[in-house]
Amino acid sequence: MFNKVLIANRGEIAVRVNRTAQSLGYRTVAVFSEADRDAPHVSVADEAVCIGPASASESYLNVGAIIEAARKTGADAVHPGYGFLSENAGFVSACADNGITFIGPPAHAMELMGSKRRSKEAMAEAGVPTVPGFQSSETESGAWQEAANEIGYPVMIKASAGGGGRGMRLVHEPAALADELARARSEAESAFGDGELILEKAIVRPRHIEIQVFADQQGNAIHLGERDCSVQRRHQKVVEEAPSPFVDEAMRQAMGDAAVKAAQACGYVGAGTVEFIVDESGAFYFLEMNTRLQVEHPVTEMVTELDLVALQLRIAAGEPLPLVQDEVRICGHAIEVRLYAEDPAQNYMPQTGPVHCWIPPEGDGIRVDHGISAGMRVTPHYDPMIAKVVAGGPDRGTARRRLIRALEDTVLLGVTHNAWFLSRVLAHETFAAGEATTAFLDTEFRDDPSLQPIQAISMELAVAALVLYRNEIRSEYADRGGWSNSLPSACPMLLNDGHTATWVRLRDHGGEARVQVGDHELRLTAEDHRNGELILSADGVRQTCQYQLVDQTLYCHLSGRTLALRDDTHAPARRADEQGSGEVRATMDGAVIEISVTEGDTVQAGQTLAVLEAMKMEHPLRADRDGSVSGIRVSAGDQVRNRQVLMTVSAEDSSNPGEESP
Amino acid sequence: MGVIESTIDRDSGVFRERARHMESLVSDLTSTLATIREGGGEKARERHRAKGKLPVRERINRLLDPGSPFLEVGPMAAYGVYESEVPAAGAVAGIGRVRGVECMIVGNDATVKGGTYFPMTVKKHLRAQTIAGENHLPCIYLVDSGGANLPQQDEVFPDHDHFGHIFFRQANLSAKGIPQIAVVMGPCTAGGAYVPAMADEAIMVEGQSTVYLAGPPLVKAATGETVTAEELGGADVHTSTSGVADHLAKSEEDALERARACIANLNWHKGDWLRTREPREPLYPAEDLYGIVPTDLKTPYDVREVIARLVDGSEFDEFKARFGTTLVCGFAHWAGMPVGIIANNGILFSDSSSKGAHFVELCCQRGIPLVFLQNITGFMVGRDAEQGGIARHGAKLVNAVACAGVPKFTVIIGGSFGAGNYGMCGRAYEPRMLFMWPNARIAVMGGEQAAGVLADVKRNALERQGESWSDEDEQAFKQPVIDQFERQSHPYYASARLWDDGIIDPVQTRNVIALGLSAALNAPEQDTRYGIFRM
Repeated sequence: MFNKVLIANRGEIAVRVNRTAQSLGYRTVAVFSEADRDAPHVSVADEAVCIGPASASESYLNVGAIIEAARKTGADAVHPGYGFLSENAGFVSACADNGITFIGPPAHAMELMGSKRRSKEAMAEAGVPTVPGFQSSETESGAWQEAANEIGYPVMIKASAGGGGRGMRLVHEPAALADELARARSEAESAFGDGELILEKAIVRPRHIEIQVFADQQGNAIHLGERDCSVQRRHQKVVEEAPSPFVDEAMRQAMGDAAVKAAQACGYVGAGTVEFIVDESGAFYFLEMNTRLQVEHPVTEMVTELDLVALQLRIAAGEPLPLVQDEVRICGHAIEVRLYAEDPAQNYMPQTGPVHCWIPPEGDGIRVDHGISAGMRVTPHYDPMIAKVVAGGPDRGTARRRLIRALEDTVLLGVTHNAWFLSRVLAHETFAAGEATTAFLDTEFRDDPSLQPIQAISMELAVAALVLYRNEIRSEYADRGGWSNSLPSACPMLLNDGHTATWVRLRDHGGEARVQVGDHELRLTAEDHRNGELILSADGVRQTCQYQLVDQTLYCHLSGRTLALRDDTHAPARRADEQGSGEVRATMDGAVIEISVTEGDTVQAGQTLAVLEAMKMEHPLRADRDGSVSGIRVSAGDQVRNRQVLMTVSAEDSSNPGEESP
Repeated sequence: MGVIESTIDRDSGVFRERARHMESLVSDLTSTLATIREGGGEKARERHRAKGKLPVRERINRLLDPGSPFLEVGPMAAYGVYESEVPAAGAVAGIGRVRGVECMIVGNDATVKGGTYFPMTVKKHLRAQTIAGENHLPCIYLVDSGGANLPQQDEVFPDHDHFGHIFFRQANLSAKGIPQIAVVMGPCTAGGAYVPAMADEAIMVEGQSTVYLAGPPLVKAATGETVTAEELGGADVHTSTSGVADHLAKSEEDALERARACIANLNWHKGDWLRTREPREPLYPAEDLYGIVPTDLKTPYDVREVIARLVDGSEFDEFKARFGTTLVCGFAHWAGMPVGIIANNGILFSDSSSKGAHFVELCCQRGIPLVFLQNITGFMVGRDAEQGGIARHGAKLVNAVACAGVPKFTVIIGGSFGAGNYGMCGRAYEPRMLFMWPNARIAVMGGEQAAGVLADVKRNALERQGESWSDEDEQAFKQPVIDQFERQSHPYYASARLWDDGIIDPVQTRNVIALGLSAALNAPEQDTRYGIFRM
């Protein structure tokens, strides 16, 4: 029994757990780092405690501070969310030591499942199919070679203590095995402090399908069907759906039975997920078990109409599962995508930055779990996932269409994010056909434009010009903006999409703006213009653009794409591009006391080339451009006149005409 | 405030005929201005571009804030004045917004005779400086000129209002706290070198602009020294060694950006001595003006129909509506700014003149700018008028208008003849700006009257000598005079000589004067002090 739940997490999951806990009548306590002081997860909770500085290791991973926060607020239960301390057996024990209920599995189950090797052994023992493999702390390559031959190439090497795809290596032929093993071992040692490795059969074109299980303290266990998480980038999930388009009822039952068996084998309690890898034939193998609530749990909630957090709380409170396996119904279809602050064009590199505007989508069957608000910053301290957008419907087609629509309507201005990429993934014919495997993004999807640096199209540039223009003229002389008694003159704007800078010329013809972009002329009419939103007609078609102008950057959202366009029209010439004349002149009358270079030396702008002594002071003479030195006309000790040319720095190619180019 | 009730009938034949007439005048004006805007023409512009230089109007576009209005001044200067055309007198001038500050911009057009200064170019440059001086507008000079036009040196160099006065003005404008910024975008030789040298801040473009008192050929002739233009007065030399210029720009665009930075650093405050309110559009469309104005200046019409299409909400509080009815005076708001309007509704009589003087006094007392809508054939003549003291009453109006310290604006919407021009704030009475409609005419008197007067003088002389003068001979004598007056009173003739600041489409009147009023707010409020009124 407990009354007050401390949520040891942040972001969308903390908000989501808080919602159910409060609705079930529990008091809630949020914890936050100094970087999250104004975050939504803090304001929704009944009480909140700051547990340390921004760095996760000093805050959300700080067991002592969290236990102290629970003690201070009288919280008698802790929900760990996912990530952070959710699979940390030490934290589970610390909770137990302090009389706090940990809403999750017992420490021993967590420990067992935390080791790839031991969990696999346990599963094999319990009769759960596992990927043919070999595990050993043996460092001699002979035994590994033999095992690999037995399993059959290609094989995968994994770190026993690893996760999230880190330290995984694919080996296609025996010759490469020894080297790859050695490398994997040293990598595992440095990354996880444990060099133990696993060798496994590599599944080609695999799918990642997982089963949600629940077990209560009374020993009952059920499964809630599967989730297909095959669409992955860098071994991390991007799209998750339930049910899987690949799984039929018989397979669901077989996998579900195996998962329940797995949970029971380790004495599991609470919510867990058994992950399987599935090959083309439908054969499935145990991969690992996640001993926590998963990021993608909402798709299961949608198709089962159950609240998984509520189930967790009931079980932790000692209640038995409220339903038996036969009562579990899978209705309709649900798909979830993870909205990340990341740049798909830069190999999904995480992005940080401000959130200027955040308008989550709405509509039938749409659920958005998020923990951000306008004015916040996405910081480098935590996971770059900022929201989950989920759509459900009676069938997969409806859910998919709804989710594409929702993503196109998601307005997030500021930090770079992957909404457009996600909508492109969902719209791809392979995904639409339900045929995406874990290789999908790296193969069929590889050439999608959403993986290229975003390049503004004419329409976007034209609309941006209109927004900038309208904003400019709204400030003063509202009714005479852009007016001239000369004939209409083009208002030129240089818009930079981060990739290319394009000149756009706008002419104001009363109600209509004619915008010249390259050879195109677009005719736009502003129909309505409120703060942050412009409704316009382009060639007679009405559409809406949400925008935010921050300094010289216009963030705008149009037709499902978000762009950041910098107005470079009046940007000062960039210093970095400037190259001086290369003539090195005396800055005043004086004596050269040092020549620091010799003929032909390669120098960089800013490098000292000579020193002049005058007025009892030493004046360094520096290169004003990159290049090589020629024409040194003075030597140390020479008296020189003001502005006398001492030497020249010129571009390398012209000064070394004889040098062969590589 | 009272709203003017319009009584025009847009479906009437008269309205349509008048509209057609005005449309044809406006269309001719538009096409003439379009030609002038081309500057030295396509070829010259291409040559200019080939040197990596921007045409002057593009430079101005780049300099202005996006969405800034631009009120061009004297676009028709020099039109038809010289043997070959000198479009816009080879320089574009106007008021536009740079970093939020209304500035006077003067840019030479190097595609027109190398941007050299013809007499009208000098007059236009000085006019731009006058506007800047009266309204306290920072000046930005985009210099790209070969200096004085040598064949016309006698009309450009020596006199008071000639080339030298440009620099005199620069010095005195700067002394009044009106910033002077020069952007050298081409050669700047001899006298021209003083534009950047006299400026508060000067910017030069690397490899493109030069400033020197004498170019390489003249130096060679004078001292035998052989130097390159770049060594003599290039941007590098002037920004590093001579200190003639202050900022080195990498390109024209960079130079314009630096000019914008100069303006941003002015710490400029625009005056707020006028109690403004939210602007509202007139109740009636401006296009009606086309059908309201008669095709013949002699045809009377109610000027309130014009006022109703210019002022906020068509609201007009008339002063002395029942007295001196040939002059309409009243208060209104123009794009949110309060104005006193004085408009002709017939010839000036003694009563209308003294009413006008009274109204000018009211506006000056209250600090309300004046807008004159001028359509006047003159003051009433004849025994009754003279004996009633029309000269005395007229002088009161002229006196009040001359001394009024509030900003004055004049639009000649019809005739501008004789002393009526004085009483209604003609060019000589220093309105901040003066514009004409394309149907307007301006002359000391009508051509018929002038020819009649001259014919009378001649007939009297002939008759004294006992000679007779046939009607045919008299008509033959009069016709050239009539023709001359017709030609010289045309608005294009006037605008070409900068008797005005431009001819405008009547529909643009509201915008033009609104921008003029807004610019006028940059100058501090001025007191009015009158001399002796002949009472």
